[in-house]
Amino acid sequence: MPALREPGARYAPPRVSTLGLRALVLIALSVGLMVADHRQQGLAAIRSGLSAAAWPLQMLVHSPVAAWDWLSATLRTRRELLTENDALKDAARETDLKLLRLEAIEQENQRLRSLLNAAPRDAERVQAAIVMRVDLDPLRHRVLIDRGSRDGVARAQPVIDAHGVFGQTINVGPFAAEVILLSDPTHAVPVQVERNGLRTIAVGSGDTGRLTLPYLPRNADVQADDLLVTSGLGGVFPAGLPVARISEVRRDPSQPLAVVSARPTAALDRDREVLLLWTTPRVALPAAEPPPPVAAAPREARAKPKPAPP
Amino acid sequence: MIEERRNPRLLLLGVGLAALVLSALPLPHVADLLRPDFLLLTVVWFALMMPRAGGLATAWAAGLALDAFRGVALGENALAFVVVAFIVHRFHLRMRMYPLRQQTLVVLLLLLAYQFLLFWIDGVTGHPVTAWVRWLPVVTGTLVWPLWTGLMGRLAIR
Repeated sequence: MPALREPGARYAPPRVSTLGLRALVLIALSVGLMVADHRQQGLAAIRSGLSAAAWPLQMLVHSPVAAWDWLSATLRTRRELLTENDALKDAARETDLKLLRLEAIEQENQRLRSLLNAAPRDAERVQAAIVMRVDLDPLRHRVLIDRGSRDGVARAQPVIDAHGVFGQTINVGPFAAEVILLSDPTHAVPVQVERNGLRTIAVGSGDTGRLTLPYLPRNADVQADDLLVTSGLGGVFPAGLPVARISEVRRDPSQPLAVVSARPTAALDRDREVLLLWTTPRVALPAAEPPPPVAAAPREARAKPKPAPP
Repeated sequence: MIEERRNPRLLLLGVGLAALVLSALPLPHVADLLRPDFLLLTVVWFALMMPRAGGLATAWAAGLALDAFRGVALGENALAFVVVAFIVHRFHLRMRMYPLRQQTLVVLLLLLAYQFLLFWIDGVTGHPVTAWVRWLPVVTGTLVWPLWTGLMGRLAIR
């Protein structure tokens, strides 16, 4: 192989004397960046800028898949569309019926909570996002979605799919955000067994089909097929979203803790569309309408009720 | 041997961007684990063959771009790239003289050092990944090196 030279230049080796110094400076710079980034201080702007710069390339990577999707959607036959339309109409009718009852129940719940002077449940808003077909680090469970701070996405925001919790946002750029999946080994979510309200924490295992529950004592009341829902304690996920179903409980008499694993209800490795969730506390509802005097009088005589937390 | 050459900086930019795209191209899971570190191979090639265009600062910038692209701790790949580029710069005159087989062996050591640095930084920053599959790109990267250096040599000469 011929030795290559740069155009118009006589061969001059790089000056070894400054090479080590330059390397040291750059290494120190990297370490500084890492420390600053690890502590989450002040680097958000730089990260956001870099993410914006990476966006065109990421779009380029994603584009063949997007083009294929568009093509296959355009070339579908009328018959297929009609069948699908019918199925969707049926599903929508069923959902509408359920929703009607749900609305009534929600109103009732709201009224009862105000009677109890409890904090009202949080209001929710959702927005759909597309999971981009861009491979990030294969060793970490992260995906890129096509919504960013321009769409109002913030850090540590819950992401769900039609079946349950999907993950939460970790890095947010202007056009895209990175989502850490439930199954990432560094992710944990506070959960509750739906059947009996037992609270614990579900930790990712590094396998998209499995979460582990490492903090349950041997005699804890859990069984296979129990549904785990978010407990709302972490402050990220609102309470009551389905997370996983217990798949296996092993109790070793010689160990103080049970070995429990669960299967996420969300399709972590197959989803193409997810929902971003915004929760905003509904404030000032009980304060606006004073409780009916008949109900309020005896309670006030006994003790002043605690004010609802903001 | 007077050949026309491409502008090394333009070549660097073009190949660098292509390598970045290759590093994120959607692949099935197994292939994703086997994916060689194309950007690092590019940086090594430039440090070896065009050390004035592909200096340490370039290696650092490439590493930072990869960090931003992958969403890992900013500076992680940048640091590892600089260390590898420094070693190559230091010994590039000797490495050029090596027969391809020996050069490939050196690249294997470089990739190993790179992966070890990442492994170590991951541990320090609290994201330890101890799965053995993390060392697979070292092997595939070494296997790809003879092809990559041949391809780059072709691209460099117009």
